[in-house]
Amino acid sequence: MNYKSDVLIIGAGGAGLTAALHAKESGASVRVLTKEYPTRSQTCMAQGGMNAALANVSEDSVEAHIANTLKSAHGEADEEAVRFMCSEAINAVEWLDSIGVCFSRTADSKIAQRTLGGASAPRACYAQDYTGLKILHTIYDRCLSQDIEILNEKYLLDILKDESGVVKGAKVLDIRSGDIEIYEASAVILASGGYSRIYDKNSTNSTASTGDGIAAASRAGAKLIDMEFVQFHPTALKNSSILISESARGEGGYLLNSKGKRFTNELAPRDVVSRAINDEINKGEEIFLDIRHLGEELINEGLPQERKLAKLYENVDPVHELIPVRPVAHYTMGGIEVDNKSKTSLDGLYACGECANHRVHGANRLGGNSLLEIVVFGKEAGLNAAKYALETKNAQSELVLEDGFFEEIKECKNEIDFYAKREHVGNMFYKDVGIVRTQEQLKSALLEVKELQASLNLMGVSDKSKVYNTNLVEFIEFKNMLEVCEQVVSSAIKREVSCGAHYIV
Amino acid sequence: MKISIKREDNIIKYELDLKDITLLEALNYIKSNLDNTLAFSSGCRSSVCGSCSMRVNEREELACNYKVQDGDSIEPLKNMSVIRDLVVDMDSAYKTNFKAKAWLNKLTQGVSLNHDDEKRNEVQSDCILCSACYSACPVYAVNGEFLGPFALTRVWKYVSDKRESDEKSKIDNVQSNGVWDCTLCNECTLVCPQDISSKADIEKLRAKSAGYGYMDPSFGSFGGGFGFDGSPSF
Ligand SMILES: Cc1cc2nc3c(=O)[nH]c(=O)nc-3n(C[C@H](O)[C@H](O)[C@H](O)COP(=O)(O)OP(=O)(O)OC[C@H]3O[C@@H](n4cnc5c(N)ncnc54)[C@H](O)[C@@H]3O)c2cc1C
Ligand code: SF4
Ligand code: SF4
Ligand code: FES
Repeated sequence: MNYKSDVLIIGAGGAGLTAALHAKESGASVRVLTKEYPTRSQTCMAQGGMNAALANVSEDSVEAHIANTLKSAHGEADEEAVRFMCSEAINAVEWLDSIGVCFSRTADSKIAQRTLGGASAPRACYAQDYTGLKILHTIYDRCLSQDIEILNEKYLLDILKDESGVVKGAKVLDIRSGDIEIYEASAVILASGGYSRIYDKNSTNSTASTGDGIAAASRAGAKLIDMEFVQFHPTALKNSSILISESARGEGGYLLNSKGKRFTNELAPRDVVSRAINDEINKGEEIFLDIRHLGEELINEGLPQERKLAKLYENVDPVHELIPVRPVAHYTMGGIEVDNKSKTSLDGLYACGECANHRVHGANRLGGNSLLEIVVFGKEAGLNAAKYALETKNAQSELVLEDGFFEEIKECKNEIDFYAKREHVGNMFYKDVGIVRTQEQLKSALLEVKELQASLNLMGVSDKSKVYNTNLVEFIEFKNMLEVCEQVVSSAIKREVSCGAHYIV
Repeated sequence: MKISIKREDNIIKYELDLKDITLLEALNYIKSNLDNTLAFSSGCRSSVCGSCSMRVNEREELACNYKVQDGDSIEPLKNMSVIRDLVVDMDSAYKTNFKAKAWLNKLTQGVSLNHDDEKRNEVQSDCILCSACYSACPVYAVNGEFLGPFALTRVWKYVSDKRESDEKSKIDNVQSNGVWDCTLCNECTLVCPQDISSKADIEKLRAKSAGYGYMDPSFGSFGGGFGFDGSPSF
């Protein structure tokens, strides 16, 4: 079957849905595909907030927001892009407010703001403990009101081009039926999220953050940049890697080692705190977050989810006990290279959100800047892709269809268990391409990734049914992850000096 | 520990040598170690994405928010067609948000919300669209056209929002297969992992509807306050 639209969007998180709304508003026909359901996208997990220099709580300025962002980026951001994002932040929050996002309010009826790490003022707008959830669901509701077509459980396999190399569509697996479908479009926007799940269980991310879109873009010939910049969050629950929000330390929580001693400034930037914890762990210490002194009332009021998750996953009640924590992969700054119009290095292909690299985070993202990025650049991607699609829609060209990636995968034999390998890669990456890296570690990791890629033909699926085959989907994800792994290690090897999240000794 | 999982028409028992884990961790263990063919959905692992909703011992639970016990029996959600194993097709349930027009219709210019306005629909906006309520709802079971608990909660969320200036059209839209079809049985409230009471929201929508001159259709014609199936509807 063959489906056509002006703009095809892959991914229905905050970035994809924002792009859809703006593309549609520009007069283009729009179709959105997601491998899950839109509201299940990882965007729903963001708790902390979204930055905008509204100065609602205390003095602040767009210039200060720009300065903080550039400082955190360690010289690796594009100043023009950062300027644009920070200046647009106020409009972005106003827009969200106007479609019904219930941001928390101050006593004088303004949008409330809190301070996240690295910000010189309380700048993050939030909706209680559920900022991402409420933003994502409201944008989704808005898409329904505009009758935007969203197709669920459709998995992007490959990006398709015409004879002249212009992107014209996508090859997709319908997870439910097991059929392959071809979607044609005059412009394609990738909004498929980040790749922190290459660290497997050592990541706070949704299990869907496997870098599929990045791998597909790279196979199609798009350029990726800064793939080595992976942000580790200092405090995830030790066994489950579930995030314990920075606000726990913001409220006054301490980090302690097994001897009950504090060993770092808890409010230093994420990379510094993560390294301090990593050093302690290497010395054989266990690390705990102590919030007991904050008191039950404050914990229930300000950190209710944290208390619930610590009880559920670590069997500790943070009101009375220490929370075992460790740093894990949290956000991926690298991704598909785009210009200030969200266009990739391929004609017809646009990207936004965590899969794209607009060079606004550089080597280290500030808390609260990602939700901002997805709304600001989601809009840009939508507008620019729609404009391009409407200009080029009458050009005659034929999609090139050839067997590739998926057909190869179906031929793989099932002799080696890829679930075990997936776990192994995650642990190996955590150790060798983690918080602190050496050239030797990186080189051996690259070798291992290449070996695994060479034996993929022996790792196929054991489930042979067509309908809703998650064994197959997970295997395709694993292949994508290995491609992303290769890019991460290769670019890490090329960057010989430490920079932000890439710390080399 | 033994747990049984309903898969198509079979109940399959799995033996796990693990203790003190969430049901989702147990399912992941089965999937990657015992049986690669088991199908289920998950995402966040932290109860916010709504993917892992299923029935445990005949009650709706989020697998990532439930500590699995020896002897538990697991099955997919009800009232939606099963695609495979524990995966159901939620498209029709999701569609109710569209049919109920659960969005901000028309922005009132220049209103600002205060702290109380924020609290007014805070709970309603915590919904994670897990569909547990649709699985539990006896009306949705017999009438697939019923707008259903989460969609009506969402309508209330927007109706109660001071920024909405077109409240009436939102109320008009939930009259048929909507607020009056609910039996107020409260099943949805009992299973909601986010402590939302759709029943209470539906009652509030009924009160608003009465304000616009609508009344309970079954009450009008029957004079007795009983719905077509004999269950009380007041
Ligand atoms: C626990 C946690 C807390 C966070 N807190 C904050 C915070 O407080 N503030 C902040 O600014 N940022 C925060 N972040 C980061 C932020 O949430 C993400 O960077 C952001 O939501 C990414 O949005 P996105 O739209 O790019 O991608 P996602 O929301 O990840 O959406 C990706 C979409 O692509 C789809 N997709 C992926 N692959 C395929 C495929 N092969 N085929 C079809 N569809 C596909 C998915 O189904 C999904 O719909 C947090 C992240 C985590 C994990
Ligand atoms: S109202 Fe509750 S049970 Fe129903 S979908 Fe929302 S969160 Fe789930
Ligand atoms: S109270 Fe109404 S919506 Fe809730 S389960 Fe009962 S009939 Fe369904
Ligand atoms: S995995 Fe997201 S709610 Fe359970």
